[in-house]
Amino acid sequence: MKARIKVTLKNGVLDPQGKAIEGALGALGFSGVESVRQGKYIEVELAEKDRAKAAAAIDEMCKKLLANTVIENYAVELDEK
Amino acid sequence: MKSAVVVFPGSNRERDMLYALELITGVKPHAVWHTERDLPDVDLVVLPGGFSYGDYLRTGAIAARGNIMPAVAKAADKGVRVLGVCNGFQILCEAGLLPGVLMRNAGLKFVCRHVKLEVANADTDFTRKYTRGQIWNCPVAHGDGNYFTDDETLARLEGEGRVGLRYAAGTNPNGSLNDIAGILNERGNVFGLMPHPENMIEPLNGATDGRALFESVLEAVA
Repeated sequence: MKARIKVTLKNGVLDPQGKAIEGALGALGFSGVESVRQGKYIEVELAEKDRAKAAAAIDEMCKKLLANTVIENYAVELDEK
Repeated sequence: MKSAVVVFPGSNRERDMLYALELITGVKPHAVWHTERDLPDVDLVVLPGGFSYGDYLRTGAIAARGNIMPAVAKAADKGVRVLGVCNGFQILCEAGLLPGVLMRNAGLKFVCRHVKLEVANADTDFTRKYTRGQIWNCPVAHGDGNYFTDDETLARLEGEGRVGLRYAAGTNPNGSLNDIAGILNERGNVFGLMPHPENMIEPLNGATDGRALFESVLEAVA
């Protein structure tokens, strides 16, 4: 089983890196960029074959380490490899 | 006063901290490698500055889940004083021993210079040798010192006098909420701060303003 995890900053949390990217896009002449938010993408391969068990394990991993839920949200997609 | 400094892979201020503690307390501190599961019997545990695990994932995130951390949490629970400086502060937040998180500096640049700190609360185990409102000089050296938490937690920190130190007005180097430089846990025995008081302890450092922080703990545990 393979998990694809997206970790993003919660709304309202300042994202200085996103702002810098936004500024750089403007400087390159891309117009109409209203906002940029930067996040993380993590792939985890699991030996677990049972979908529900894999989902529960990944959720635990996100809560305990992969995301800091004070400032970040996470979203998980699970696929058979 | 007996003390211990926890050393993680990527810590780089542990020697400064060990030196400062020995100089000020007169007792040689223990250095404890992060793979240990027990701490020696001490009055103060320090998590030093550095870049544990190369700041991978989030600053302090991986160190906060290390073998030694349950022992640090247990010591804090027993009332042992715990001090986190710079990366140590980030680790304490990631470990849940302090609320909130240290985010990337608002200016995106690593800041390495002296700042002015204002003592927001002089009635704590870590600041009692200062006076309220006192301004002192201290070096900072960090890329992620921008303290952030939700409004409710921030209001609690302020209301309960748990902001120990602030960057003096107009000198906030990182965009930290309410100019916060250092905060305490609810019980007041865990303190985390971004500046480096251990680098401001003898005339060679230019001033000795940081000594009072260690002398405060010394007095508190006496």
